[in-house]
Amino acid sequence: MREISLHLLDIAENSVAAGALNIRIEVHEDINNDILQASVEDDGRGMDAETAKSVLDPFYTTRTTRKVGLGIPLLKLAAEQSEGGLSLASQPGQGTRVEVTFRHSHIDRMPLGDLASTFLAVLVAYPHIHWIFNYRVTQAGGEREEFTFDDTELKAELGDLPMTEPEILSFVRAMLEEGVGAIKP
Amino acid sequence: MPAIKSLDELKRIREEALKKKEMKTASGSIQVIVAMGTCGIAAGARDTMKSVLNYIEENKVSGVSVTQTGCIGMCEHEPIVEVVVGEQPKVYYRKVNAEVAEKIMKEHVQGGKPVESNILPLQV
Repeated sequence: MREISLHLLDIAENSVAAGALNIRIEVHEDINNDILQASVEDDGRGMDAETAKSVLDPFYTTRTTRKVGLGIPLLKLAAEQSEGGLSLASQPGQGTRVEVTFRHSHIDRMPLGDLASTFLAVLVAYPHIHWIFNYRVTQAGGEREEFTFDDTELKAELGDLPMTEPEILSFVRAMLEEGVGAIKP
Repeated sequence: MPAIKSLDELKRIREEALKKKEMKTASGSIQVIVAMGTCGIAAGARDTMKSVLNYIEENKVSGVSVTQTGCIGMCEHEPIVEVVVGEQPKVYYRKVNAEVAEKIMKEHVQGGKPVESNILPLQV
């Protein structure tokens, strides 16, 4: 997986599998401090300390179909190879937060990739979950720009009309693409 | 803060979509499920998903529900897509890249004829 956005999608899928009802995905391109930070925070079932630790181990997975889980360990490795790291905080019954950092300018830093597509995929596929997306850019001079999408209003307006209706889909896709595109460095 | 689409615009669009959907509901439910486990994502499932959504948007296909599921244990066949049309049995597709996804949308979801070349035979 050669895109941070794909890893965020992967982590968000874990949050969904953990029964989360509220998931927040954040990305901060802090060029001023040369850091790219991304996180996924959920209110799913969470993990005890031992399980949380083993998630970083490639030979741990909750899947029953095979015995290796590579998503998070590979992301951790990629982060460490570009002078960053990955941390995971979890409380049973409370939720989980996975945060990854990279040195923004590092030659080996994975590209952020198509963030809008990741947002759109999870938003459309899991309508019962309350999604919050936050994308921030801090320029070299310190100016900050921010795009936040909280699906509450959108869903209130839609009622029981699914997001996969073509007109709605078109609207939501354009909104996410424009929001991300407007501040992407 | 960048200018983003306003919710007022959504109100208008919503009315329009609702009308069209009501005309369509007779055709029965159609479900498209894209497998998005780590294996699926690594194999390109997000592009598959994007292709499905693009097709819906461009061809104004109403009444299709699009969801995701995790790893179903056949990682070597990813990206995997499942299609359920009305009461018919579920069809599993293998190696669904963006192009194949478009074909499935056109021929199976809209045309009612499964795309034989990519069916994943399941020994259920």
